[in-house]
Amino acid sequence: MAGSNPNAKPMDLTLKVWRQKDRNSAGQMVTYPVKGISPDMSFLEMMDVLNEDLLRKGEDPIAFDHDCREGICGMCSLYINGRPHGPERGTTTCQLHMRHFKDGDTITIEPWRAAAFPVHKDLVVDRSAFDRIQQAGGYVSVNTGGVPDANAIPIPKSIADKAFDAATCIGCGACVAACKNASAMLFVSAKVSQLAMLPQGQTERKTRVENMVAQMDIEGFGSCTNTGACAAECPVGISLENIDMLRREFIYAKATSESL
Amino acid sequence: MNWFTKTFSSTVGRKIVMAVTGLFLCSFLVVHLIGNLQLFRNDGGEAFNLYSDFMAHNGVIRFMEIILVLGFVFHIYDALVLTRLNKAARPIGYVNSHPEENSSWSSRNMGLLGTVILVFLIIHLWNFFVPARFEANGGLERVMIEDVEYHNLYSAVVLAFQNPIYVAIYVISMIALAYHLIHGFQSAFQTLGLDHKKYTPFIQKFGVAFSILVCLGFAIIPLYFFFLV
Amino acid sequence: MILESQIPGGPLAEKWDKHKFDVKLVNPANKRKYDIIVVGTGLAGASAAASFGELGYNVKAFCFQDSPRRAHSIAAQGGINAAKNYQNDGDSVFRLFYDTIKGGDYRAREANVYRLAQVSVNIIDQCVAQGVPFAREYGGLLANRSFGGAQVSRTFYARGQTGQQLLLGAYSALNRQIAYGKVKMYPRTEMLDLVMVDGKARGIVVRNLITGKIESHSAHAVVLATGGYGNVFYLSTNAMGSNATAAWRAYKKGALFANPCFTQIHPTCIPVSGDYQSKLTLMSESLRNDGRVWVPKTVEIAQRLRKGEITVNDIKEEDRDYYLERKYPAFGNLVPRDVASRNAKLVCDEGRGVGASGLAVYLDFADAIRRDGQPAIAAKYGNLFEMYQKITDENPYERPMRIYPAVHYTMGGLWVDYNLMTNVPGLYAAGEANFSDHGANRLGASALMQGLADGYFVLPYTIGDYLAKMPYDKVPVDHPAFVEAEQNVISINNKLLSINGNRTVDDFHKALGHIMWEYCGMARNAEGLQIAKQEIRKLRDEFWRDVKVVGVNEELNITLEKANRVADFLELGELMVDDALNRNESCGGHFREEYQTPENEALRDDENFAYVAAWEFTGVGNEPVLHKEELEFENVKLTQRSYK
Repeated sequence: MAGSNPNAKPMDLTLKVWRQKDRNSAGQMVTYPVKGISPDMSFLEMMDVLNEDLLRKGEDPIAFDHDCREGICGMCSLYINGRPHGPERGTTTCQLHMRHFKDGDTITIEPWRAAAFPVHKDLVVDRSAFDRIQQAGGYVSVNTGGVPDANAIPIPKSIADKAFDAATCIGCGACVAACKNASAMLFVSAKVSQLAMLPQGQTERKTRVENMVAQMDIEGFGSCTNTGACAAECPVGISLENIDMLRREFIYAKATSESL
Repeated sequence: MNWFTKTFSSTVGRKIVMAVTGLFLCSFLVVHLIGNLQLFRNDGGEAFNLYSDFMAHNGVIRFMEIILVLGFVFHIYDALVLTRLNKAARPIGYVNSHPEENSSWSSRNMGLLGTVILVFLIIHLWNFFVPARFEANGGLERVMIEDVEYHNLYSAVVLAFQNPIYVAIYVISMIALAYHLIHGFQSAFQTLGLDHKKYTPFIQKFGVAFSILVCLGFAIIPLYFFFLV
Repeated sequence: MILESQIPGGPLAEKWDKHKFDVKLVNPANKRKYDIIVVGTGLAGASAAASFGELGYNVKAFCFQDSPRRAHSIAAQGGINAAKNYQNDGDSVFRLFYDTIKGGDYRAREANVYRLAQVSVNIIDQCVAQGVPFAREYGGLLANRSFGGAQVSRTFYARGQTGQQLLLGAYSALNRQIAYGKVKMYPRTEMLDLVMVDGKARGIVVRNLITGKIESHSAHAVVLATGGYGNVFYLSTNAMGSNATAAWRAYKKGALFANPCFTQIHPTCIPVSGDYQSKLTLMSESLRNDGRVWVPKTVEIAQRLRKGEITVNDIKEEDRDYYLERKYPAFGNLVPRDVASRNAKLVCDEGRGVGASGLAVYLDFADAIRRDGQPAIAAKYGNLFEMYQKITDENPYERPMRIYPAVHYTMGGLWVDYNLMTNVPGLYAAGEANFSDHGANRLGASALMQGLADGYFVLPYTIGDYLAKMPYDKVPVDHPAFVEAEQNVISINNKLLSINGNRTVDDFHKALGHIMWEYCGMARNAEGLQIAKQEIRKLRDEFWRDVKVVGVNEELNITLEKANRVADFLELGELMVDDALNRNESCGGHFREEYQTPENEALRDDENFAYVAAWEFTGVGNEPVLHKEELEFENVKLTQRSYK
């Protein structure tokens, strides 16, 4: 226990980490021993310890994405022991703590794997495909200023709450990493259904789903085969219901929209 | 591309085709099973042979047969296209992966199960449909029922299921079909966006029961003829 | 240099409207002839870039993260203030203005703060129109809650993720402009220098963090929305990547840095658990509504506790010191952030702290659970308790939480005038990167408000006033000023890569953080600050002699990125110390031990220090030059705060 338990036993671990010089190089798994890891460390702090060791030896530290380290920015992205963000459900890698591992464990650490997420270096992948999907329609077209008073659009609490649930997606890409088809449906559907539920999203409802799905396909994500792996591994619990809603929106839009 | 082909060549659109054809094929299974139940009548195959003759010559059925073939074709074609796409979406796999922690085995192996079913389908057609319809494979024996000559498909069934290899193939295939349907049935509803807090739990339970009962019904036939006839 | 604050004349309430009429406009057809660079894509940067794009300017936006959606605004929990008075409880623009000025301990500009309160109402409208799912009442209208330092309910929120929802709103507006081609987005790109031509900001030099390529970008104006500098302390609630490099390099090109010593220390964070610790996690301030803060009465009990001879539940009621309730009977556990933080430090300095390190105090919910029942407490704080348990592996329902103050926000930043322009023509600073609105202490739920006010509603007006006077012609990036700036960046990188010493960048960063926390943290004194100044200089010298940076520039090089940032922190730290030494008074987040009331409260000196301290760079290791902008208070009366 942090701070209050000075007797927490340090652990020795073996890490097998994907190393890859850059986008165009081939990569491989490299084994690193790490010693004296406190169970109170976060997973990324354990990685920091390894990187400091590597640096002192003059070796290239392992590149991995991370920023807020409190589970909200969505930047951290490791495939740990065969699962995105590691073994704990509802937890990002930065919030995963070493107490969930045992002394002597071997831990494999890989980058997200998807054609749409090419590896920049080591464990760092390019997730700009997500941004481009959002650019295809993940917004309400209102300019700054000239909008009605905030209370002019009453929204039932139940709908506001549901829209919020969809809006909490942190865009980390664990859904893609978990999916056997590297499908981005959960990510795309979270935004589509958030805006489809709200009155503000109605005017662009049809074009939004059409354009976002088209962009998702262009980016080279796989198709959704309803395995449910995405929602099971989503660190913020985005629900599969969003995917079903996306399909409804898609069918309705394709059947009725004016765009040919 | 016009809007129609655009719709049905998108990943979401292709899945919609698979869902619609899949549910249609499910309805075919029901019809087929009900027909097959004639095999259990203790009448030396008379009812079954009459039924198969009806199926072979009725205009509506013949038309539906074309639709059925198209259903298979689209279901399989889109499955192949999507599978290729899905494989391409992850060119480099994981060294260590534990998908069993987040999804069911059948949901991840629909392609494999589908392939088993396709191979079965070919064997099955070769055994019964081809001889009956095209007089190929030596054709079928004839049988007289009320002074009219019919194909004796019943005897072909009896004969085929004396062979333990066929029995094994049929039973294993039905297990594969059951797993295919356990995921596929409710997945089709999801794919069509038919999701609702009130109805989805029922659809899911019904799907499992449907898959097991239908496949059990089919699997009993070879076992029945092998062990009891 | 005379600091022109450009505050418009006239009565307070009319200044902004009058100014909006007085500013020059750029004809819609001519807007496309102007290029604007926005660095940083948090609330201020994303909202500014989107709004500029909507107006028709050509915008280039930069962020070091892999996507604009990751900016640290996303981590803000509590909410955003706005003077909507939807609750009919007496709120008004003037009251929000007044609370903010007073909360800032009278060290902010009246005109800026009033404008902030005015546009706060537009922000909520804008965000709702974008589809931000704010909390709502059953009737479908927006919900509000009260927040620290205010007697009205004016805080709009989206559960504990208000920052995330607002940032994603701004991000969506930005995406729309990217799709239209009005904004060109450069993620994973870090600004490393400001380029000035004829005394005006005309561009920046950046490093592509993937390829290492050093590139120049030219524009007619540059907006820095690059956040605060809390990571100078190494441990803070900031994101790992949050840094001061863009602002600092602008400072080194002549922009003034204002009030750098004003840092906010948040009282309720999860304490440090070991040397490996990389960041601190905030626990919402709301916990103090029900939690009681205490430490053991004697050093001896605390020592036995730390050694593990006894557990917290063995300590008898009479051996517990509820020091906030004891010292501040009127406010008790609800004293303002700075007071709560300082007192936690005091008891720990006495040796009565808890936890293995002795740097923590208890926040105890046992009484509240006895009084209201566990379900009621879980309903209020369930998610926070869960987060605490995830990190510490302790169940706060069964044993008190351990908390300790942590660096959270920096009120200081680049000096800007009323138009948010720095003293460098064409260089603007917005959001936490500027110094403008929070004085010496920021109120809860005001950071989000300021970031969006600057980006959506202030800069789009004021930047036009500047551009309208600018010629259309562009400066080519092969202009000698760009070439020189690129050379400067390359030579710094080469220097860092060539030292090949023995100590890692993190090592230096931790050492700097230790000095800053020890001498320029919650409480400061002249003697300690003098020591800090010397130690920072020593550490800086050692850094440039002995730092170890591996690899090359032409790759994704995480050590080189960090080394640049820490090199700047090593200079910024000294400026903070200089500023803290200069300000011989205590106010808000700046507590000088020499200047306190007999009751240990902050003792302001309005006679001599009611000014903004804006510092001018004169070379590394040289003493910076102080420029004062006197603060004039015409609408509020300066009073001493008391919480007894």
